Amino acid sequence: MADTLPLDGTGATPSRVVDAPLAPPSADQGLVGVFKRRYLLRLLVRREISARYQGSVLGLAWSYVNPLSQFCIYFFIMGTIFSLHDSIPNFAIHIFSALIISHYFTETLNAGTRSIIRNKSLVRKLAMPREMFPVASMLVSLYHVFPQLVIIVIAALFYGWSPTLSGFAAFLIAMLLMGVLGTACALVCSAANVFFRDIGSAVGIMTNLIRFSVPMIYSYSMVDERFGRFADYYVLNPIADAVMLFQQAFWIPTISDAKLAEQERLPGNLLELGLIGLGVSLVLLVLAQLLFNKLDDRIPDRLT
Amino acid sequence: MTDDGQYSSDTSIVVDSVTKSFTLRYHRTAKQVAVALVRGHDISDTFQAVDDVSFTVKQGESVGLMGLNGSGKSTLLKLIQGVMPPDSGTILTRGRIAGLIATGAGFHPQLTGRENVYLNAAVMGMTEQWTARNFDEIVEFSGFGKRLDTPVGNYSSGQYARLGFSVAIHIDSDIFLADEVLAVGDKPFKEKCIEKMEEVRKSGRTLFYVSHSAGSVRRMCDRVLVLEDGKLGFDGDVDEGIRYVKYDEGPDDRPTDEELGADI
Repeated sequence: MADTLPLDGTGATPSRVVDAPLAPPSADQGLVGVFKRRYLLRLLVRREISARYQGSVLGLAWSYVNPLSQFCIYFFIMGTIFSLHDSIPNFAIHIFSALIISHYFTETLNAGTRSIIRNKSLVRKLAMPREMFPVASMLVSLYHVFPQLVIIVIAALFYGWSPTLSGFAAFLIAMLLMGVLGTACALVCSAANVFFRDIGSAVGIMTNLIRFSVPMIYSYSMVDERFGRFADYYVLNPIADAVMLFQQAFWIPTISDAKLAEQERLPGNLLELGLIGLGVSLVLLVLAQLLFNKLDDRIPDRLT
Repeated sequence: MTDDGQYSSDTSIVVDSVTKSFTLRYHRTAKQVAVALVRGHDISDTFQAVDDVSFTVKQGESVGLMGLNGSGKSTLLKLIQGVMPPDSGTILTRGRIAGLIATGAGFHPQLTGRENVYLNAAVMGMTEQWTARNFDEIVEFSGFGKRLDTPVGNYSSGQYARLGFSVAIHIDSDIFLADEVLAVGDKPFKEKCIEKMEEVRKSGRTLFYVSHSAGSVRRMCDRVLVLEDGKLGFDGDVDEGIRYVKYDEGPDDRPTDEELGADI
C-alpha cells in the first residue's frame, strides 16, 4: 500500500530533508494567491455551478427564468402600458441588453456577499485565501452570461443587427468594467457580511436600486431631456455606463439610422466614460483588497 | 518574512510567543447593545484562547498535544495550519501541511464524497493528477464504497471523520496535524489509523497529534505538550506529560481507558 506514497525511508531512520523555507503557514493570501491556485478556484467554481440549483427540477434553467420574467414584465408593462414601444425603437433589445449586463453585476454582488458565509464549513477549518469565494461567485455569474449572450445575438440578428468594431470594443469594456467593479464590491461585502449580517439585506435593496438607476426601462435620451444638467451626474454611475456600452454593442446597430441614433440616444463620450470607470474600478479593487485584509484575520472567529 | 537564519535547517515548526484572543459578543442587534449599555452590562468580553505559547519542533518529531476541553488545543492547531493568524507572536512552518481540525475537516455538506476528496486535496495544495492517481487508495482506506457519490451531509459522523482522515493522511505532507482523529472511529478503523500514523511517523514527517487518550499518545509520540487555559503548562517527556495531565492515575476507582473506549 505504501508503494504509491513517496516515503523517504520506511525503516527506522526518520531522515526527511524538507527543501522549503520556514515561512508563516498562511502565506499566499490575497487576490494574487487566488490566481496562483487556479485549480482550486476551478473546483470551487464548478462546485458553485452545480450546487446553486441542487435539488431543483429545472436546475440551471432557473438562472434564465429570472431575467426572462423580468424581461417580460418590463416589456409588457413598460412597453405596452406606458407605450415605450413608440418612443424607443426595438425596445426588446434595449431592455435585454441592459438586463444581461446589470444582472451580471447584481448576481456577482448578491452571490459574492453570501459566499463566505455559505462556505463557512470550509472557511473555518481549511487554510486558503478567502478571496477565493467572492472571486468564484464572480466567475459563476460570468459563466451564466454566455448563454444569455447567445440569445441576445440571435434576437438582435432578427432585428437586423450586424457586428461593428466599436460595438465589440464597447462590449469588452462593459464586461471588464462590471467584472472588476463587481469583484471589488463582492470582496468588501462578503467580508463585511460575516460581521454584520445586515449587509446581506442591504445588498438586496441595492440590487433593486441598481435596476432603476440604469437606462433599461427608460432610455438615456429621456434622462437627457428631462433632467438636463443632471444627466452629467447620471453618467458618473459606472453601471449605467456599462449598460449603455452594451446597448451600443447590441441595440444601436439594430436601429435603421445607427449613426444618428448613437448621437441622439447615447452620451457622446461613452467609450471614454467606460475607460475612466474601468480605471476607477481597478483602484477600487485595490482598496477593496486592503480592506479585506483588515477584516480577514477575524473572519474565522466570527463564523459560528 | 522568512526567518531562516535564526533556526537550524531541521526545524519544522516554530511557535514564538504566540497569543490569540477571541471576542465574545453577548449582544448583536443595536437594540440589545443599547439596553446593555444603559444597564451597565458588558457588551463584549475577550478571552485568551492561546496565551504566550512558545516552542519549536524538529522535522520528524512526533508531538502529542494534551489538555482539557477548551484549553486551546484546536486553536493552536488552527494557527499552525494557517487557518487564522495569531494576534501577536510568530508562527513559521517548513513544507506542506496536511491535517484535520476536529472531525470531518472542511467538508462541504452539499458536495458528494468524491467532490470533497478532490476539494480537500486541492486546498492542501495537491494537483488534480495527484488526486486522480491516489483516489482509489484514499477511498479504500476510508472503507467507502458506492455511497461516495451522495452528498456528505448524509454521512454519519464516523463516516465523515474517516473520509477526512483518509484524505489528510494520504497527502504527501511534511507536517501532519491530527486533531482527535480517533474520537469517533470504530475499533478496526482506529487500529488502521494508528498503523498509518506510525507509518507517517517513520517516514520522517512531523506529527502533531491532539488526543485525550494516554495510550495512543504513549505509543505514538516522543514529546508531549500540555496546554492549560491557553498557556503552555508542560513541554517534555511523554510519561511525565501524561502524569502531568493526570490521565494516568491508575485504575483504582476511576473508569479505565478501556471502559472509556480510549484504548490502544
